[in-house]
Amino acid sequence: MTLALAPTDRPYLPRGVRLVADRVRGGLVLLAPEKAVALDPVGEAILSRMDGQTSLAALVDQLAAAYDAPRAEIEKDVQAFLQGLRARMFLMVSP
Amino acid sequence: MSVPAPIAMLAELTHRCPLACPYCSNPLALHGKENELNTETWARAFGEAAELGVLQLHLSGGEPASRPDLVDLTRAAHEAGLYTNLITSGIGLTPARLDALEAVGLDHIQLSLQGTTPELADRIGGYKGGFARKMAVAAEIKARGIPLTLNAVMHRHNLDDLERTIDLAIELGARRLEVACVQFHGWATRNRAALLPSRAQTEAAKRIVAEAEARLRGTLAFDFVPPDYYADYPKACMGGWGSAGLNIAPDGTVLPCHAAETIPHLDFDRFPDKTLREIWYDGAAFNAYRGTDHLPETCRSCERVGIDFGGCRCQALALAGDAAATDPVCSRSPDHHKVTALLETALAEGDAAEFTYRRMPRKG
Repeated sequence: MTLALAPTDRPYLPRGVRLVADRVRGGLVLLAPEKAVALDPVGEAILSRMDGQTSLAALVDQLAAAYDAPRAEIEKDVQAFLQGLRARMFLMVSP
Repeated sequence: MSVPAPIAMLAELTHRCPLACPYCSNPLALHGKENELNTETWARAFGEAAELGVLQLHLSGGEPASRPDLVDLTRAAHEAGLYTNLITSGIGLTPARLDALEAVGLDHIQLSLQGTTPELADRIGGYKGGFARKMAVAAEIKARGIPLTLNAVMHRHNLDDLERTIDLAIELGARRLEVACVQFHGWATRNRAALLPSRAQTEAAKRIVAEAEARLRGTLAFDFVPPDYYADYPKACMGGWGSAGLNIAPDGTVLPCHAAETIPHLDFDRFPDKTLREIWYDGAAFNAYRGTDHLPETCRSCERVGIDFGGCRCQALALAGDAAATDPVCSRSPDHHKVTALLETALAEGDAAEFTYRRMPRKG
């Protein structure tokens, strides 16, 4: 299966994966089975807007507006980040 | 050198286990029940670990379900803010206990797999009926939707079943499969010849994992640990000594890794005699091999030193006789011929070798 998300796909964090504040090191960290992934500002911006209801297209719109950046560029970054999580089974999508 | 805060902690709640796997990572000298920390002390350790920066807690053993207070311990860990991972054979996890663990916030289960058939699995685990019970527990885990990793420990007796192992992981609803080839620490050092896979098996396993990884993208994630005796470079044990994780043994001894007690000149602190903070930052054992200054020139001038930190200290001691040496698994180690010789001996004896099972000492 392809890991690429369709514009209408709604990404979500499955059970066992959650976003928490790292009290000791600061920042947000994604906790997943036997893994902890420290997020960079790009990852934080994407995951903190993801609620399981928002589609990929809407996420990209929101980020393009918030960062005043070309939509195509934002979409490329979001796809790359989310596909990386999906390959590790840290992210799932509803159609 | 500035010492980073630890990310993960392995809590070996007990050494008791109904299984007797001949590759168990527990030390040869096992602790009995009478030496185990009590519920309150473990709960205090979880709180201190979270304060120290630990995010991931692995509840392990032995078999952690052998602790009657497993649900209370899991609750304490969850309340401390830790991500809780139960590393289990499944034996002792009744449906009611799984319900209770879910209710107190268990995040994930790592279920061990000894083999894909009852005959093979029960022979390796040294426990008749274990496979059937494990499959029943796996079905209960799947029915509840608890995130599951299947941890298949692989060696010469089951590597040829790798394809069936991958299918089984999917049938059981696992999100992740660890194909963990036996590493020679703990009880596995007693069973080298009986466990060491052939080079052909190892190469086949690499091909099968690579093919399955591509085919199952988005369905099953893989973690593949090849047998390091066949590798060109050593593994970055624990991500570097005293830099990412710590272990607590059943009696409260705090270790940089599960095999560290095999290095006899190290002094280990015990919790709760000292706080985890004192032990992590100031403990002699944790500081003994932090960084790379202790390593020989072979490692310090090597471009890989920041990747593997010279390999495993316990293996350096076991095979080269010096815990500060280059891990002899490394093809650049002056002791690498010792690994080659071990391989040859083990492979020559392999067919005839019997398992030495992990057993608790008999009470005197």
